[in-house]
Amino acid sequence: MGDVVRLSLFVSLTAVAIASAIAIPLASFVSVSRFRGRNILVALIYTGFALPPVVVGLFVYMLLSRSGPLGGLDLLFTPTAMILSQAIISFPYVLGVSLAAIEAIPAEVVLQARALGASRWRAIYTRLREARFGIVASVVAGFGAAISEVGSVLLVGGNVQGETRVLTGTIMLETRRGNFGPAIAMGLILLGLVFMVNAALMFLSKSGSTPRAREGQR
Amino acid sequence: MRLALLALLLLFTSCRPSRPEQIILASTTSTEDSGLFGELLPAFEAEEPGYKVMVIAVGSGEALEIGRRGDADVLLVHSPAAESVFVAQGNAIERLPVMYNDFVIVGSDSDPAGIRGERDAAAAFRTIAEQTQPFVSRGDRSGTHSKELQLWRAAGINPDTLHGKGWYYEIGQGMGETLGFASEKGAYTLSDRGTYLARANGLRLGVLSEGDPRLRNLYHVITVRRARNPEGAEAFARWLTSDKGRAVIETFGVERFDQPLFRPLPE
Repeated sequence: MGDVVRLSLFVSLTAVAIASAIAIPLASFVSVSRFRGRNILVALIYTGFALPPVVVGLFVYMLLSRSGPLGGLDLLFTPTAMILSQAIISFPYVLGVSLAAIEAIPAEVVLQARALGASRWRAIYTRLREARFGIVASVVAGFGAAISEVGSVLLVGGNVQGETRVLTGTIMLETRRGNFGPAIAMGLILLGLVFMVNAALMFLSKSGSTPRAREGQR
Repeated sequence: MRLALLALLLLFTSCRPSRPEQIILASTTSTEDSGLFGELLPAFEAEEPGYKVMVIAVGSGEALEIGRRGDADVLLVHSPAAESVFVAQGNAIERLPVMYNDFVIVGSDSDPAGIRGERDAAAAFRTIAEQTQPFVSRGDRSGTHSKELQLWRAAGINPDTLHGKGWYYEIGQGMGETLGFASEKGAYTLSDRGTYLARANGLRLGVLSEGDPRLRNLYHVITVRRARNPEGAEAFARWLTSDKGRAVIETFGVERFDQPLFRPLPE
């Protein structure tokens, strides 16, 4: 049981960390860019919220299958494969929500910082900093999408006991076996875990703003 | 950002460099859900400590596809017709009979179609269709589904004509979910006896028709031609069909259900 919880947390946290490492810089880039088709791109990002996990799983399966292009890596039915598909699933959430959060901060913040002599990077950083609660919300949304999905982890992980079985896979299995009680209990454990991770993220984003840093922004 | 880099680092260290000792076994949900592997695998791994078996429990159709792509080393499946195609297409090194149990037709105690005690499974199916009583189909190309289709044909009914009939539910799910659905709907369904017995406690379903020779459920072990670990697959198939494997199969379930769930082959 402890192994299942640990693996769930490891897989989903790693996946959302990878997705965030790419999506948040990309969101800040998109927020300052103006180009043709930008609105279509944003609509596409939001469409990613509806990406069915089982479709992502099938895509990753075909990619990592021994008959697929990356078959030589021998990654199918490993936690790494699950991390890859969950990173893809959480990516649009982190990108879309953080983009909305950054754009909610007026561009004047950047202009003001520039006028006060901040470098371009420093100015972008200032805007990200102002948007940090929304960015944390984007990570929370991505993490929720990752840890709650079952469609892709079953396909690319195989739900192997002691190897790739996570909470949602266990819930599936117990339900199929008719053990509804344990299945519900594990659903509650999953929610409890997500609550703790979210609380930790909120706490970090609050404590990240020291009085001095706030001073500096004014 | 630093957190992300740390996570990336963790990711790369978590990639297993090689797994020569692992045997990937793709099998059916019925064998996994009944708990058979819980006894078979420790016995095999005690005998052959160099190997570790990873079970991917899916429907027989998906298991065969996983094998065809070379993503599993060995299969334990129960869909003889589909297996023959798999072998004919050159995907298998060897296919050996392992064990059998039987399918049963289950339904609510009130038995509205009146099939209780009918030994001819095809006749029972025909009666259900004539009375248009609710029937739940796996509809997932599993071994159980293919047996069901075979029985409709034996009853003189083309299963293709059943799509969309109000009394015929194709739910595309595993045996456990299908039994749960049948219980809630007061419907009939075809189940392997093992899964039915394992789930019987929570179900308002009883065995209504059994004993037709056509209801025999055959399991074969198949070693996959494109296997990553052909030696392991071979070792597992050999052990499974040896006296030691047979002994585990024969005694499994006796304690819990007062009857064995599977019988080894050849008899």
